[in-house]
Amino acid sequence: MAASSERSPPPFPDSEEPELLEDSDEGADAFTGTSISEMDSPSPDSTRPPKDIFNEPLEDIFSDPLSNVNSEPQKKVDTKIPSPSSDEAVDLFSDPLDDDSEVISSPEVQNPMPDLLNEPVQAPKSDLLSEPPVSSVKKAASAELFGDEDEEDLFKEPPKVVTKKPQPSGPPVDVFTEVKSDVKVKPQVKDDPTDLFAEEALTAPAPKPSASSSSSRTNGVHSDEHDLFSEATVELSLDSPRNDRKKKDAVKPSVSAPAAPVASSSSKAPSKTLEELEEEESEDTFDLNISVTNPEKVGDGMNAYMAYKVSTQTSLTMFHSKTFTVRRRFSDFLGLYEKLSEKHLQNGYIVPPPPEKSILGMTKVKVGKEDPSSAEFVERRRAALERYLQRVVSHPSLLQDPDVREFLEKEELPRAVSTQALSGAGFLKMLNKATDAVSKMTIKMNEQDVWFDEKIQDVENEEQHMRKLHVMVESLVNHRKELSGNTAVFAKSVAMLGSSEDNTALSRALSQLAEVEDRIEQLHQEQAANDFFTFSELLADYIRLLGAVKGCFDQRMKAWQRWQDAENMLQKKREVEAKLLWANKPDKLQQAKDEIAEWEAKVTQYEREFERISATVRKEVIRFDKEKARDFKRQIIKYLESLLNSQQQLIKYWEAFLPEAKAIA
Amino acid sequence: MMVGAFLSHSLHPSYLHLQRSDASSNHEHLSSVLTSLCVSPQQEGLDDGPDFLSEEDRGPRAVNVDLQTDATLQVDISDALSERDKVKFTVHTKSTLPNFKQNEFSVVRQHEEFIWLHDSFVESEEYAGYIIPPAPPRPDFDASREKLQKLGEGEGSMTKEEFTKMKQELEAEYLAIFKKTVAMHEVFLCRVAAHPVLRKDLNFHVFLEYNQDLSVRGKNKKEKLEDFFKNVVKSADGVLVAGVKDVDDFFEHEKTFLLEYHNRVKDSSAKSDRMIRSHKSAADDINRIASTLYTLGTQDSTDLCKFFLKVSELFEKTRKIEARVAADEDLKLADLLKYYLRESQAAKDLLYRRGRALVDYENANKALDKARAKNKDVLQAETTQQVCCQKFEKISESAKQELIDFKTRRVAAFRKNLVELAELELKHAKGNLQLLQSCLGVLKGDT
Repeated sequence: MAASSERSPPPFPDSEEPELLEDSDEGADAFTGTSISEMDSPSPDSTRPPKDIFNEPLEDIFSDPLSNVNSEPQKKVDTKIPSPSSDEAVDLFSDPLDDDSEVISSPEVQNPMPDLLNEPVQAPKSDLLSEPPVSSVKKAASAELFGDEDEEDLFKEPPKVVTKKPQPSGPPVDVFTEVKSDVKVKPQVKDDPTDLFAEEALTAPAPKPSASSSSSRTNGVHSDEHDLFSEATVELSLDSPRNDRKKKDAVKPSVSAPAAPVASSSSKAPSKTLEELEEEESEDTFDLNISVTNPEKVGDGMNAYMAYKVSTQTSLTMFHSKTFTVRRRFSDFLGLYEKLSEKHLQNGYIVPPPPEKSILGMTKVKVGKEDPSSAEFVERRRAALERYLQRVVSHPSLLQDPDVREFLEKEELPRAVSTQALSGAGFLKMLNKATDAVSKMTIKMNEQDVWFDEKIQDVENEEQHMRKLHVMVESLVNHRKELSGNTAVFAKSVAMLGSSEDNTALSRALSQLAEVEDRIEQLHQEQAANDFFTFSELLADYIRLLGAVKGCFDQRMKAWQRWQDAENMLQKKREVEAKLLWANKPDKLQQAKDEIAEWEAKVTQYEREFERISATVRKEVIRFDKEKARDFKRQIIKYLESLLNSQQQLIKYWEAFLPEAKAIA
Repeated sequence: MMVGAFLSHSLHPSYLHLQRSDASSNHEHLSSVLTSLCVSPQQEGLDDGPDFLSEEDRGPRAVNVDLQTDATLQVDISDALSERDKVKFTVHTKSTLPNFKQNEFSVVRQHEEFIWLHDSFVESEEYAGYIIPPAPPRPDFDASREKLQKLGEGEGSMTKEEFTKMKQELEAEYLAIFKKTVAMHEVFLCRVAAHPVLRKDLNFHVFLEYNQDLSVRGKNKKEKLEDFFKNVVKSADGVLVAGVKDVDDFFEHEKTFLLEYHNRVKDSSAKSDRMIRSHKSAADDINRIASTLYTLGTQDSTDLCKFFLKVSELFEKTRKIEARVAADEDLKLADLLKYYLRESQAAKDLLYRRGRALVDYENANKALDKARAKNKDVLQAETTQQVCCQKFEKISESAKQELIDFKTRRVAAFRKNLVELAELELKHAKGNLQLLQSCLGVLKGDT
């Protein structure tokens, strides 16, 4: 620990303190704590440590962009050291995962040294760093398990994990209160989290993560995690998030009263934080390769369908084996999306949308034998499905979903029924969509959050431009194909001209020219394919994804609407009470008071839910933006490289032709 | 040049260029471009002009024909002016021939006058044994003009950048067509001036020297109808004549060759046009992609937006190169093929005339035999036979040399253009490659 801490964030007081001993202690604490917590309230305890760890990295990432950091300057100073290292959040994250895994084994053994060693090597950068503070926090938490837990929970809810930082500073409660004061919206917990996150992000102590991770792992291993997710044990980072989530889920129902909300919030918050952490980690260390291959037509006539081979290669322990293959048909992919969006959309997650159904394209495939356009259609769909699955599993919280695992692993899936466009279920879905659209029109949200206000506008604009760009790239693809076809025709024509030319040298040169044009035709064709698969499909994907982002915004708006409705209802109930008071009807007064209390609770709950979904959506959007930037850069560079390659080939062809032309006598 | 100087509305390419960069230019400017556009091919220096033509184009205009340069008679088109419905060419002549009053002079000619000159050659019996240089095609700016006009109407519906860009493109296209038209008219004159027999033609001298309007009117409907029937008769006759086995192996071979060659060059020319058109469309797409990427990039100031801006910049440059590739292919390949399409038609016409003469000669022989058998009108038949024989022999004699020359010219022109084409393609591909490499270097350095 010490070594690691020193390397990454030299000026780390917190990290130094925990050091090796602390790590080991932490592990011990964590264990004890977990056991205790389990006794008391197993879910929160187990969840907490992992949450912290996870939260930290997440926070860091998020906080950087947001620049929310306000509170706890002290910690920041300490922690800030790591931040510089954390330039590449993604990379760092991956590293941390590795560290964590290593750490896990170590914590159990209680050998801090190995962890430290691993850490520096793997992830010296920063995200990892953030984790360490968590560990320290955890230690504190372990000491005061219950109290800490509550605090953590509160913090976790809104911004996910901020709590950790406060812990290092000393009394978690104080920290929280401070945070709250900072935050405008949520007096209690929500505001704090943002602050905390910011702080954490700044601090992000490198050495700590190992300890924290170890502790979390240990916790997970020892506690419920195994039960819940057998997989969890293997990969610390991933597992812990899963566990947390599960725990959270379990906890969530409990939330109702103001006091309870903390716990509930904590449970939810941790899940989020975990997810975030997972995301980060997954980006970096992501060890899950999915490929969709071998499209195969099954059956005949209009009942025929295409089945794809979905192969997964992974070292993630959540899966039963390292490599496995299943066959899935298109509607299975759609079914997966249905399941995922049903579960996660309402929480504000961006669920990657699958490629659209294409009745025309598929009918062609069904009817046509082997014509090139249907082959292209199949390949296009295959590639789109592959990208879709990759996006799903790269989302930390979606990866944890049992349906995803089932989809990847299970031999036989129940046939997805509701995906058929013309089925009764499809009709119902259309109805729902229509009502959604109507309600969207009617909800006039008074946007308080400037960030959301701008972001929603940005996404709208971006989608519009992307659509425009997509149309143009499609047109380029078409023109390039046309060019390719015309070049081929011209090449043939020149070959004919060459054959009828009676000057030998000129005739030869013309047939050489025909050959050059033939090759160029190939080149154009390849380039058109590149235009399409690397550029156009990227845009199509992101147009769909932006739609999903907008869906998240809508979910948030719905939550807001619920909250506002409850607020109005409460207002009405209060008026009734006032009237009753005035009318002096004590018998009904009690009932009115009860109703007010009920609605007050509801308002608090809905408000909290709104805050939660806002925080989630925000994180999701930030994650999405990051991924988008990465995707676009990667794909466009790839595209430019394909262009470069074309030009190189072109030069080769013409260089070969030039002497032929000069040889004409 | 002189004409250009006289006309206040005339636009020198550099002037046009200047105006183009003026973003605030409006409808009136557009129409002024439409009404008159003056180009002086000699010194228009394509370097200051639009980028759609390569520098190579600056050399001698007669790119498609290999002409012996002869200092005794040099003809070029020094200036041209496009008006709403006609193009005025300034034909500039330098000559030491005694039948010209001066050594150097210029006249203004229109497309119809070129056609008149060409037709006078074709109609003259005297030149039946020569390949008449093909007439230049009618200037056709309608499509381009229409587009410009539409752009003017749609000005309000697009952004200023888009408008400026579109306008630039259309003006460049317009200018390109204009220059090509001028070049083709010039090639015709140069071919005539280089021809050992045709250069001495009186009509040609009048065309070059007479500094008034030649009052050539376009053909009226009746004449056009007559032309049409003549053509029908001619092609029917052509089929008949072509079916006659030639006594001379050389001509027999040339006949089969030209028939096939003409069809194939026609095909290639059409195909190359299509190829180039789709290439241009692709370049246009890249252009539009670049501007959309630019708008995407200016949405925000994130990393990704900067990335988009760089890519947009790259595409903006590559599309220029791509457009140049298309323009150069047009110039070096499509125009070459088109010219030889017309030239091979002219050669075919020559063979037709010879074949006609041969058939006439054979018929005259038969008539003479008949007359001798009947001993009736023998003298008349003998005279006719003599005339036909002389005509046929005269055509054959000059036609042989003409066809050999045609082949030499063709080979040389193809060589020149194909070499230039390959060099230009290489140049553009290398430029493109360099752009991509440097851009990729920057982008990768950033990420």
